[in-house]
Amino acid sequence: MNKYKLKYKPLGSIAVLVEWPKSIEPDILKNISIFRYKIELDMGEYVLENVPAYNSLTVFFDTTKTKYSSVVTDLKEIYESKDQKLITANKIWKIPVCYDEKFGLDLNLISKEKKLTKDKIIALHSEALYDVYFIGFLPGFLYLGGLPQKLEFPRKKRPRLKINEGDVAIAGSQAGVYPRSSPGGWNILGNSPIRFFDPDNFPPCFAVAGDKVKFIPIDLKTHAKIKKEVDSGKYSLDSEIHG
Amino acid sequence: MDNNILILSEGIHTSIQDLGRKGYRSYGVPIAGAMDKYSAILANKLLNNDEKLPVMEITLTGPKILFEDSTLLVITGADMSPKINDEPIKMNVLYEVKTSDVLSFGKLISGTRSYLGVKGGFLTEKKLNSYSFYEGITSQSKVVKGDRLRIENYEAGLELHSSKIKVKSSHFQAKKLEVTKGPEYNRLTKKHREYLFSKQFKIGGLNDRMGYQLKNKFPPIKDQEIITSTTIPGTIQLTPSGKLIIMMRDCPTTGGYPRILQLTDIAINQLAQKKENDMFKFDLESSFDFLGRLVNRFKD
Repeated sequence: MNKYKLKYKPLGSIAVLVEWPKSIEPDILKNISIFRYKIELDMGEYVLENVPAYNSLTVFFDTTKTKYSSVVTDLKEIYESKDQKLITANKIWKIPVCYDEKFGLDLNLISKEKKLTKDKIIALHSEALYDVYFIGFLPGFLYLGGLPQKLEFPRKKRPRLKINEGDVAIAGSQAGVYPRSSPGGWNILGNSPIRFFDPDNFPPCFAVAGDKVKFIPIDLKTHAKIKKEVDSGKYSLDSEIHG
Repeated sequence: MDNNILILSEGIHTSIQDLGRKGYRSYGVPIAGAMDKYSAILANKLLNNDEKLPVMEITLTGPKILFEDSTLLVITGADMSPKINDEPIKMNVLYEVKTSDVLSFGKLISGTRSYLGVKGGFLTEKKLNSYSFYEGITSQSKVVKGDRLRIENYEAGLELHSSKIKVKSSHFQAKKLEVTKGPEYNRLTKKHREYLFSKQFKIGGLNDRMGYQLKNKFPPIKDQEIITSTTIPGTIQLTPSGKLIIMMRDCPTTGGYPRILQLTDIAINQLAQKKENDMFKFDLESSFDFLGRLVNRFKD
């Protein structure tokens, strides 16, 4: 697993920031996931949380039990150690999305700028298989990699003041879903009726880094029906095991 | 039977906070918690409470609160001229209030955030292992007029120990905030570094629990974005337009701008007591091993 040259930096006095090469790619995602798993096994005693992003892992440690320099030494040793056979049980989540013009606020703009029909945009977006790189920004905001190159589209210069809960969006080469209404600069293609974050569940978010996501197109009627089921707690999200 | 307080008026931004929501950053959940942890912990210590118990954080202007049951209370942090039944009370001193007593606040004398602690703490909803209010996690993000909040039952007649706590004025008037180098510090030129450690910085109008924007216009740097990565309270980001943003307790778990500096936890507490147009300088610390610093502060 020690195939990358990693950088170790302090983040304040409470965490070690481990950095991979500056690139967003599935191979790095996999390497980070394995490292996370090994850290949990070997350093669980004084590591409080280890939090992944695209090309970094932030290891928060218990400052009453250890210090920065010792954590770095241990991390380097673990990264260089031989791999154990890992059993990964990641999932492919099937996320229903309604691309109706009622929700797909930026479909027209993208269609015009990219010279693609709306149907083509929807097909490209829903045929891709996305990697969940990490969850950040807002509780339950999945950062997804794997957007088809043809759909890459820059973030808006002027962010919208309000993006709705469940809005399915793209920015640059990234895809994501807004877990709750918030201001935001991503381009909106549709809306998903499911709940991405629930503080009353454990864990509060169904997906974890390393999982995959597929968007399933649904019509307005189905959107309304699923929304109702979600609100009454009757909906169960479809997934399958991969890897 | 439940003991309660009733909010008669709410103040600019009043919320319930403890020491934060740890362990959920991988789900994108911010830490939240008291902006000035020092004053929040002090309130609990004076009450002989566990330091993790939730307190009420009060920003710039105070609420008016009717006590429907008796309890022991203390106010720490910013001095907003607190009163019980219109009689001025002292900061950092315990008072016993009885049914239908009213706590109110007046003129802001010093600081920005006050903390109201009650004996046994507030019993508001606990979500993901914390009482800290945060939109989308707790059902409300601030305390509003008409709210009835539950507090721990209190047995009247507990002995009031007289406290001799004197909070150092440097906590409210710190001229220098301690920082360490951020992960992207090395992107700064010599000129930028000189600017950072010689200039006075001024707090802008956009300052809240999420972050403080500074008014200074920083000389622009090349390579102005990073691949989205972790931010924590105290992370100082440099935006493409040359603004410095200091992340505070409610900040998102990730960000996309260079993280040039990092405030120490003590400095976050001090900044939480500053407001628009307050000035300070950055003071660069060389060591990252601050083992036990926050704890030591209570001993001196």
